[in-house]
Amino acid sequence: MNLTLKVWRQNGPDDKGHMEIYPVKDINPDMSFLEMMDVLNEELISEGKDPIAFDHDCREGICGMCSMFINGEPHGPERRTTTCQLHMRSFKDGDTIVVEPWRSAAFPVIKDLAVDRAAFDRIQQAGGYVSVNTSGNTIDANAIPVPKQNADKAFNAATCIGCGACVAACKNSSAMLFVSAKVSQYALLPQGKVEAKERVRKMVNQMDLEGFGNCTNTGACEAECPVGISLENIARMNREYLSASLSSAE
Amino acid sequence: MAKSALLGSSLAKKYWMALTGLFLSIFLVVHLAGNLVLLGGQAMAEDFNAYAEFMTTFPLIKIASYLLYASILFHAIDGILLTIQNRKARPVKYHYENPSANSGWASRNMAFLGTVMLLFIVGHMATFWWRMKFGEMPIDAVGQKDLYTVVATYFTTASTAWLHVLLYVVAMIAIGFHLWHGFQSAFQTMGVNHPKYTPVIKKVGYVFSVVIPALFAVIPIYMFITQ
Ligand code: HEM
Ligand code: SF4
Ligand code: FES
Repeated sequence: MNLTLKVWRQNGPDDKGHMEIYPVKDINPDMSFLEMMDVLNEELISEGKDPIAFDHDCREGICGMCSMFINGEPHGPERRTTTCQLHMRSFKDGDTIVVEPWRSAAFPVIKDLAVDRAAFDRIQQAGGYVSVNTSGNTIDANAIPVPKQNADKAFNAATCIGCGACVAACKNSSAMLFVSAKVSQYALLPQGKVEAKERVRKMVNQMDLEGFGNCTNTGACEAECPVGISLENIARMNREYLSASLSSAE
Repeated sequence: MAKSALLGSSLAKKYWMALTGLFLSIFLVVHLAGNLVLLGGQAMAEDFNAYAEFMTTFPLIKIASYLLYASILFHAIDGILLTIQNRKARPVKYHYENPSANSGWASRNMAFLGTVMLLFIVGHMATFWWRMKFGEMPIDAVGQKDLYTVVATYFTTASTAWLHVLLYVVAMIAIGFHLWHGFQSAFQTMGVNHPKYTPVIKKVGYVFSVVIPALFAVIPIYMFITQ
């Protein structure tokens, strides 16, 4: 396959950045998108040019690092797919492919296609945990019965890989799908219920501080999420936050 | 930390948006019920005027109407604040976007639709509400303020009547699209998302967003055609 890539190049956080055009030749349709980028980078290196910086790690769809906004959608045109699991057979010979970084005030560009997603870590640190006793008399988690339905929902919420595609897709750069997945994963389980009220307030507060936008319920996040986190989680977070705020003494 | 959890936070702004939006939706039904009397033509003019008089003077309705003015203001200001914040959250835009791949047009244009509606509401209130409350009004056969004649003149014999009808219909289309997304969105915002009820809420919302604005729009069109 022969393709034309239009890629965002930005030398560092303070550089203005620009789109650059790269022709790529003889691409195997069974390559992943990242492998195609590797081929291009090899060429750039052999020409003595600066290769395109992009994030990746597992290359098997589980780490959430491979952030790329491809042809107007996070992770490209396929549903439930990360960039590393996207294959070149999803494109046609002769296509022009536009590749950009995630765009959000809360995800500043580090270089080219790599963005800083530490805002997600700070939201997680604000309340995305359970406090358990680890001093030798830890209680077996399986000793507490959990309704199957809740266990399934908590598990589904826990599959969020923190990739940020929800933010990238949202016209408001809202992080509510991510935050709601993290809130739900604990709120649905007995161990998480203990700190549920405090957790949702702290995490939403941190989300607001990071400068993410507000949800308009467009559903773009759900459509683009590589693991299919559902809007049901945002509704759950909204319920949790409402009841936590109404009942708090502050 | 949570100094303004029920006022200033992102979710609080959304709750108020949803609650005022739903209240305004209920108001639309009440308003429509009164307007439909206009379809009775001159024969029912006095009934329409009596209804208008009741709506501007009955104390309980007065309280409701202040709640209504506050809701419109709050909804519009809150909506504008949210939209400004949302724009700021993405200071650098994408070069190429394909938004129709993942979301509906109405859901992405709530602020635009709202602005069209706000302009309409201002004009609409200046034309009818202001005049009814503070302006010179003709008097009907039984001595009531003759709002019927004011409305009929505006949509039939005024020299720009066709334009008035057209603008009215455009505004109703905007309300239709606003509610196409907004009705079900308000329930989701308030945390109502359930496998059994949500599909029903969505259907009710779609029917509501088509039928209510359509019935509003039929009235001036009918008056204009049958003048
Ligand atoms: C009859 C008048 C109106 C009705 C019945 C109405 C109804 C609604 C409803 C039900 C929602 C959904 C709330 C949610 O997503 O939780 C909504 C959202 C919205 N409305 Fe209105 N609205 C009206 C007028 C206006 C006006 C005049 C504006 C002017 C700026 C406006 C701006 C907005 C915006 C920006 C949103 C989206 C907020 C967001 O989720 O980001 N609306 N409206
Ligand atoms: S909710 Fe989905 S899109 Fe958002 S960070 Fe988690 S896995 Fe990625
Ligand atoms: S590189 Fe890990 S999910 Fe794509």
